Amino acid sequence: MKLRSIMYSIGQGFKSIWRNKMFSLASVATMTACIFLFGIFFSLGVNFSGMLKNVEESVAVTVFFEKGITQEQKDAIGNDIKARTEVSSYKYVSGKQAFDTVIKDFYGGNKELAESFADDNPLADSDNYQIFMKDVSSQQKLVTYLSKLQGVREVHQSEAAARTLTDFSRLISVIFGSVIIILIAVAIFLISNTITVGISVRKEEIAIMKLIGAKDSFVRAPFIVEGIVIGLSGSIIPLIILWFMYKNLIVYIASKYQFLSNLFKFVPETSVFKTLVPIALILGVGIGYIGSRFTLHRHLNV
Amino acid sequence: MIKMEHVSKTYQTGMPALSDINLHIRPGEFVFITGVSGSGKSTMIKLLLDEMKPTKGRIFVNGKNLAGITRRNIPYFRRNIGVVFQDFRLLQDRSVYDNVAFAMKVVETSNKKIKKSVPEILSMVGLAAKYRSLPKQLSGGEQQRVAIARALVNQPKILLADEPTGNLDNPNGWAIMKLLEEINEKGTTVVVVTHNLEFVEKMDKRVITIKKGQIVSDKESSEEF
Repeated sequence: MKLRSIMYSIGQGFKSIWRNKMFSLASVATMTACIFLFGIFFSLGVNFSGMLKNVEESVAVTVFFEKGITQEQKDAIGNDIKARTEVSSYKYVSGKQAFDTVIKDFYGGNKELAESFADDNPLADSDNYQIFMKDVSSQQKLVTYLSKLQGVREVHQSEAAARTLTDFSRLISVIFGSVIIILIAVAIFLISNTITVGISVRKEEIAIMKLIGAKDSFVRAPFIVEGIVIGLSGSIIPLIILWFMYKNLIVYIASKYQFLSNLFKFVPETSVFKTLVPIALILGVGIGYIGSRFTLHRHLNV
Repeated sequence: MIKMEHVSKTYQTGMPALSDINLHIRPGEFVFITGVSGSGKSTMIKLLLDEMKPTKGRIFVNGKNLAGITRRNIPYFRRNIGVVFQDFRLLQDRSVYDNVAFAMKVVETSNKKIKKSVPEILSMVGLAAKYRSLPKQLSGGEQQRVAIARALVNQPKILLADEPTGNLDNPNGWAIMKLLEEINEKGTTVVVVTHNLEFVEKMDKRVITIKKGQIVSDKESSEEF
């Protein structure tokens, strides 16, 4: 296709959008609604995943040492833990630190009672490593590994919490994934239908073009430009609305429902939109392109 | 120029439209194809435009066997054939100028050439003054002139006209026939499909008559004898 034909097709695409204002508006509105819903579910999904991740990261595995092992051996175990990819962070807690925490938690308000334990630390042999994981689903694998390490007496884990969190995380992924797939399918169906109406109105024009010697690419190009512009508009508009909605919602919840913001940490809008913007734009342009190209196909057999 | 050898066309419904057609139209001829409705005239035009393939036989247009033309090459083939329809088939939302220029843009002609050729062809069909009008602002005869200008602007060797006067009154119909005759005199082969016997009889051109999908007569004009 020559450059002037490309420019002509782009011009015709825009003119056609203007000529069929109502159809174009209907298409943009349909696309906006679909991408908007997609954006809402995507944002909810990202936040649920973020919250689960936070909860998962607070579930710890505790490693206790055998009696009488040296500090070097404890350090070696620490290095083994550090080398594991599933570990997010870990810390060494000495028997004294563990005891201090207990004293503070239980006898914090009663100094005398606390001092009565001063020379008798029942947790003296409770030096341990507290390990926090990136993904709680790999907890069992890590526990099996740690149990086999030399110098390790016992490994404490919260198996029920890990299993519940893993199952919940999987359930959330399945629900949001299914909703998003259904939304995309509905969007393609609606856009394809709207484009079909638009094209059938202009099938006479397509037939004339074909009969006077237009190549398929020449006939197709303005419709594809139109589809892409409609798709792009239909994804930019909901993205702008979602951006302001999301930003203001976080501020609103933080100010009105402080207990919620203490409970959950909302994923910042920049993190959500860093992924959402390209996905929504690709979806919009892709649906517009695919919708117009495939719907046109059957009208080109003249 | 146009050659049909033992051409038959049967539609998918099983209805035969043309049966064993043999004809030869020479370069520069003016030919009427006539017959009653449903005789197969429009099927013949569709076959010549490669809109459909014959069930049997071979068709040659401008020396090319249509059976050998791939889907990809159909647009290039059609650029050598101008076509005019009974219902004009103009783009209603574009001006006279744009309708004609559209045919040149479709074949990727330069803007410079379009600006030169469109006014020339509009002058030839007598519509230079109405280049800004929309089709709905024109009479039927004028709309058909625009359609003829669009068909001719790329200088095709053949002009196919399918019932070009079907939607026109008698004076406008005659004006269109005269215009087609002038075009033919400048060297373009003109094939007119019509059932209007008044034009056919008075214009003294070659007349091919089709009945029930078969050629029942092929009468040369008196000038040929």
